[in-house]
Amino acid sequence: MKIRAQIGMVLNLDKCIGCHTCSITCKNVWTSRDGVEYAWFNNVETKPGIGYPKDWENQDHWKGGWRRSANSKITPRQGGKWRVLANIFANPNLPQIDEYYEPFNFDYQRLHNAPESRAQPTAKPYSALTGRPMDKIEWGPNWEEILGGEFAKRARDYNFREIEKEIYGQFEHTFMMYLPRLCEHCLNPTCVASCPSGAIYKREEDGIVLIDQDKCRGWRMCISGCPYKKIYYNWQSGKSEKCIFCYPRIEAGQPTVCSETCVGRIRYLGVMLYDADRIKDAAAVADERDLYQAQLDLFLDPEDPAVIAQALADGVQQSWLDAARRSPVYRMAVDWKVAFPLHPEYRTLPMVWYVPPLSSISAAVDQGQIGFDGEIPDVASLRIPVKYLANLLSAGDEKPVIEALRRMFAMRIYRRRQTVNGVTDTAAPDQVGLSQAQVDDMYRIMAIANYEDRFVIPTNHRELSTDDVYGERGGCGFSFGDGCNTSGVNPTNLFGSKNPQRRKFPIAVTVTPRPSKTRK
Amino acid sequence: MDTFFNNLLFGYYPYVAGTVFLLGSVVRFDMSQYTWKTNSSQIADSSPRFRLGNNLFHIGVLILFFGHLIGLLTPHRWEEALRIQPGLHQIVSMTSGGIFGLCAVFGGAILIHRRLTNPRVRAQSSQMDVAIIIILFIQLLLGLGTIPFSAQHLDGSEMMLLSAWAQHIVTFQPGAAAFVAKVSWMFKIHLFLGLTIFLLFPFTRLVHIWSAPIWYLGRRYQIVRMRHG
Repeated sequence: MKIRAQIGMVLNLDKCIGCHTCSITCKNVWTSRDGVEYAWFNNVETKPGIGYPKDWENQDHWKGGWRRSANSKITPRQGGKWRVLANIFANPNLPQIDEYYEPFNFDYQRLHNAPESRAQPTAKPYSALTGRPMDKIEWGPNWEEILGGEFAKRARDYNFREIEKEIYGQFEHTFMMYLPRLCEHCLNPTCVASCPSGAIYKREEDGIVLIDQDKCRGWRMCISGCPYKKIYYNWQSGKSEKCIFCYPRIEAGQPTVCSETCVGRIRYLGVMLYDADRIKDAAAVADERDLYQAQLDLFLDPEDPAVIAQALADGVQQSWLDAARRSPVYRMAVDWKVAFPLHPEYRTLPMVWYVPPLSSISAAVDQGQIGFDGEIPDVASLRIPVKYLANLLSAGDEKPVIEALRRMFAMRIYRRRQTVNGVTDTAAPDQVGLSQAQVDDMYRIMAIANYEDRFVIPTNHRELSTDDVYGERGGCGFSFGDGCNTSGVNPTNLFGSKNPQRRKFPIAVTVTPRPSKTRK
Repeated sequence: MDTFFNNLLFGYYPYVAGTVFLLGSVVRFDMSQYTWKTNSSQIADSSPRFRLGNNLFHIGVLILFFGHLIGLLTPHRWEEALRIQPGLHQIVSMTSGGIFGLCAVFGGAILIHRRLTNPRVRAQSSQMDVAIIIILFIQLLLGLGTIPFSAQHLDGSEMMLLSAWAQHIVTFQPGAAAFVAKVSWMFKIHLFLGLTIFLLFPFTRLVHIWSAPIWYLGRRYQIVRMRHG
């Protein structure tokens, strides 16, 4: 057993209002630069819909994620190492920029300086790629907002598989949800596995997956490797870029920008402990419907003394173990089992999990469309939304999704009786196997969602990253390799200047206790 | 005067170009790895035509490069030991060079056309991106152009002169330039432009050749970086 810790995220889709504040704040902080105008490290999709880039969930087409072969080994779906290298001159699975959208800017100035005319002047869109005017904007990162666009296109949504076509239309009148998406910071990332340069890596201390911008050579295999299409090619710099989980903030114990600014308070951040030695086996289980359970089994109980002892031995800090015990992510994913990984069938073991939306189903309950099973609405009778959510969150296995929805219903019913009727009636929680303490906790964390309950982030102990903290003082901060000064980026500095990242203190300082003088 | 220029271009210039090539690459790698990249424009245009062109171009150029490397630098004694007659060597060079030269020229034509006419690719290109593809294309045409000249010496005599020149250059032996003094002008232009490409190499996207990721084949899939570098 090798215990590692990761900051995981849960998004409570039940409370997402689709306001895009997460996307905009992320954009303003990280991707408002040349070459990544089209890139949204965080975007919000309206489901059902084909999403951004188009049809990203269809891995028969895009070849992202892993494939399990007959010998029960997994290889990237786009091919093994030889195949990846054979495709290196022209990647056959790379989305062209139109699959995202052609980025554009509006010429707002024209509204001010247009000459007098019979019609109102308009702000024409200009392509950010070529600078030329665009006749018509064909697609955008949020084209299907609130079920916009033609149904024929949206119906290609991959999560409709195994659902009869003719019911789609009917379905749309009753069901819609938002899906905010970001890099999943997977335990078994295909982007890392696909990178010919070895530039992408997972950080040992917090699990954040990053691209070394100096080492990236632009072979662009990560873009097709990632099944979530969350790696973007910066067409100006010629390097790949991705969500960095706001690591400078996480290191300081602050939530990511998308989480911090979420007005619906749907995002949770917390420590998850997992057994790194079993990742390979978990990702290679035979039936893809078992992947959700296999990943759950990787997570370790932070209360278990044996786990704590092993974690300390493996270098996890005490403050992280303390945080793991208070982790809202662990509660929702493991204790209450109301959160699920996005598309576990990709075998990447993603670490951004989702609580399925209850609202559209409760709307059906309010309209009397479904009956009750004891205390709880008969969720399973709403076959289509349940199947749809299962295709999204549990590789098509409806049972865990139904169970989660029932638990959330139980919490609502329990709280409604408490606040409206003034009685504490545990009948509903009892029926789904939740204790009163658990359901109170669920209410506190999921419904009230106070800041300190949502974000339990220990600081990163950067002092442990170097032997020479003093030497780093005033050193070169974040730069694209050559931004600091004229010194090189390698430890072997060609022109003899000091290393910009790690300067050595000239004298080794050792403290020896001075022998105490005897008084005369 | 002829000897002076012959010495300058084929005696001294190779060392200037070679020095800039090696030193320039090292300096750029050390100082500015953020600029060390393939500079792919596939995201702007990933059409089947581009994919065909790029594959043809790269495969053609790679085989031509290694063909030249082996053909020019294999010591004459080894060839004798292996019973490879200069005539046979000449025929093999002409056919393989011809086939893969045509591959690369055809692919290169697609790439040049795309780079100059596709507005997105054009907007993304640096001046050096445009210049280097044109220079490489001209070099490919010159290389193909040497085939009729080689055909006048099917005994391989002129080729032996060229490889003697190359071997004298890379082993730092004096008098290299004298070997190519009498070869046909077509070879001389091809040689000169070839040396110039080495000279320009560190200042272009060609540096990605140094980073050909063959090590990928031997590494494990997942990479975890520890706190300590």
